[in-house]
Amino acid sequence: MIPSTATFLIWRGDAQGGAFQEYRIGISEGMVVLDAVHRIQAEQDNTLAVRWNCKAGKCGSCAAEVNGRPRLMCMTRLGDLALDRPVTLEPMRTFPLLRDLVTDVSWNFRTKLAIQPLRTRPADAPDGTWRMMQRDVDRPQEFRKCIECFLCQDVCHVLRDHRLFDRYIGPRLLVYTAQLEMNPIDAADRLGDLKDLHGIGYCNITKCCTTVCPEEIKITDNAIIPLKERLVDAFYDPLTRLARALGLRG
Amino acid sequence: MLAYEAIRHDVLVIGAGGAGLRAAIEASAEGASVGVVCKSLLGKAHTVMAEGGIAAAMANVDERDNWRVHFSDTMRGGQYVNNWRMAELHAKEAPERIRELEAWGALFDRTGDGRILQRHFGGHRYARLVHVGDRTGLEMIRTLQDHGIHRGIEFYMEFTVCALLTEGNRVVGAVAYSREKGTFFVFQAKAVVLATGGIGRSYRITSNSWECTGDGLALAYRAGAELADMEFVQFHPTGMVWPPSVAGLLVTESVRGEGGVLRNNQGRRFMFDDIPEAYRAQTADNEEEGWRYTQGDRNARRPPELVTRDHVARCIVREIKEGRGSPHGGVFLDIAWIREKIPNSAEHIKRKLPSMYDQFLKLAGIDITKVPMEVGPTTHYMMGGIRVDGDSQVSSVEGLFAAGECAAGLHGANRLGGNSLSDLLVFGRRAGLYAAQFARQAQWVEADQNQVHAVIAHAVEPFERAAAHPADSPYRILEELRELMQNLVGIVRTGEEMTQALDGLAKFKERALRVGVVGNRFYNPGWHTSLDLDNQLIVSEAVCRAALTRSESRGAHYRLDYPNKDVRWGHINLVVRRADDGMAVVERPLPEMPQELKAIIEEMK
Repeated sequence: MIPSTATFLIWRGDAQGGAFQEYRIGISEGMVVLDAVHRIQAEQDNTLAVRWNCKAGKCGSCAAEVNGRPRLMCMTRLGDLALDRPVTLEPMRTFPLLRDLVTDVSWNFRTKLAIQPLRTRPADAPDGTWRMMQRDVDRPQEFRKCIECFLCQDVCHVLRDHRLFDRYIGPRLLVYTAQLEMNPIDAADRLGDLKDLHGIGYCNITKCCTTVCPEEIKITDNAIIPLKERLVDAFYDPLTRLARALGLRG
Repeated sequence: MLAYEAIRHDVLVIGAGGAGLRAAIEASAEGASVGVVCKSLLGKAHTVMAEGGIAAAMANVDERDNWRVHFSDTMRGGQYVNNWRMAELHAKEAPERIRELEAWGALFDRTGDGRILQRHFGGHRYARLVHVGDRTGLEMIRTLQDHGIHRGIEFYMEFTVCALLTEGNRVVGAVAYSREKGTFFVFQAKAVVLATGGIGRSYRITSNSWECTGDGLALAYRAGAELADMEFVQFHPTGMVWPPSVAGLLVTESVRGEGGVLRNNQGRRFMFDDIPEAYRAQTADNEEEGWRYTQGDRNARRPPELVTRDHVARCIVREIKEGRGSPHGGVFLDIAWIREKIPNSAEHIKRKLPSMYDQFLKLAGIDITKVPMEVGPTTHYMMGGIRVDGDSQVSSVEGLFAAGECAAGLHGANRLGGNSLSDLLVFGRRAGLYAAQFARQAQWVEADQNQVHAVIAHAVEPFERAAAHPADSPYRILEELRELMQNLVGIVRTGEEMTQALDGLAKFKERALRVGVVGNRFYNPGWHTSLDLDNQLIVSEAVCRAALTRSESRGAHYRLDYPNKDVRWGHINLVVRRADDGMAVVERPLPEMPQELKAIIEEMK
């Protein structure tokens, strides 16, 4: 049985600075961290800022660091946390703080714009549609499960510690690129951009992103490594390089 | 007077779910300068939660399907008070909207020969729902988002619109504020498209996200537009009932589509006990036939679990009320039982219903491949909304368009599963198209500065009240409002209870005038809630007044004091609009259906 009250240390503040503040609330069975935040907001401090939408793990709005681990607050049950000591709630540390638990994630949206969009190959059927087998869409479908919570970006040391926001697009956007590259109807070539503009080389496969993904996408193994392999084939394999130079293959 | 930033767009779209994004893409393709204002970050709108699929008569799985069958299914589901023109356009245009999504990058589940797969759903005669597992809404919104961002559309994320600006009966723009910074913006626009979604947050038990506060309906109403069909609120039969913190969370109809069955605490499949007349010929009379239907046997009829949502919800309520419910006040929804039929059923369930498997395992500690779920009805969808022209989606205010859940008409008295996502695509596109065309020929009309000032002054009032005297909490009023709507204007309604609800709403309105908030305007949820509350009060009153007026039971609107359908009401839509002395409800006869459409309905009966 879980205890009837719990204590939370929640980061309160803005870009200028802040501090943890302690809240104690009554809890009930099945509550998730986001419920606790809402209860504090409704009963103790109406100004406590939190971003959320669906409260069902489908929209990826309520990403934060719970006891130091990047999580979705709506999918983290209090019963799974140690409640004999305070639960700490902090905003994602990789992004600029707006207020309390809310960060400015707009960099992700701006950076996505720099990735070449889908460019379709000619249709397969006279009615303008394509034929794709399920086995050919299984892999990109895995990537399209992404809910853009940006927890993978938050935990990636290239962004979090080295702050290479202008040189590296991060795991989320590599997954996005992989999904486009593996879409059976796509005809664009993003490999040069990946190498020169989007900094795929900065990923040194520590797999932290995969660990925190709430959709359990195998980010490193299934998206980033295959992209790296394609890139090696395209730019470092002598025959492919020649073919590429002659414009024979994209 | 607080400062504001002035912005100009030919077409302003309010809302960035499926309908708003599709409208923006179309308006932009027409050459209009387009701005999209949305309350959340891009790609987070409530559309993301849609699970089951998009209804479109593509006939990929069953060649007997075509627009005429889809049209008649939609009308039957809506109990014939739908806007028939919308039902016709929707059925005809949905397949093209799907093909377009695929060309924009959507990857739907496939048939054996590499085309788009379709699945069965309640009320649809043939396998019709285009889907991706049980995360179709995410696929749709991400596709529209990733396509839309390259179309030169300006997005204003985490903005809330306080009011529309009007000049006579013409909309000329909107006043909004940035939720992040608390600063104000005045959008001047030749045309405005409302795509703000539903109203579910005015009920305690709901599947809806926080955004669904009926903003578009309230904005349109205050601008003088007509609302219609407000009495028709859909209660989805299967929401989670336990644990309490997730009560209302949707359990997709695909669970039943994949063979899941409803049972009471005596193990009885109670849906066999009460099959509505209109569906009797299409419904299986034994369990074996129902199972074969879910597995694609084209000669089998649907199991009774897959009749329309209004009916299933009421049957569940009956079981619970009569003491045959599950331990936490629901009934059992069992998909685990298919282990008797399918080898490796656990893997099968995880592949077909991945989100459901996850949701129950993570939030309730229940493995749905092994044990039944507990489910009960949850407020899910608003059939009613802004009254629009079926072709152009224009409202009764010039230049003001509406599409998707915030518009009324397509679904009549009850929506079929899957018809919502297709609604967003078909009518989002039409709203964007006609808004851009309107903008092309319209002159700019400058916003009235007095209106602008009044809107901004009103929006910041809650801060002044908090300083002036002891104020009421917006959260407290909201909680009471949701409780009241749940208890008095819910699935089973009576005139007496709804009269009581109107009294309660009047008191909330008075209290809302005394709501105070502390802090500043920088990302202040207390303030946001106090402004949402105004909208929720208008919408709740409209639901209540319309429901009180319709003295019959039809579709999702069920009156204990008028339990039967009434032929006279079958020819009437109720329209709600602002009048000098408050809110007026007027009867509007349905327009005569063309002979050709009548013949289709007759033929498909």
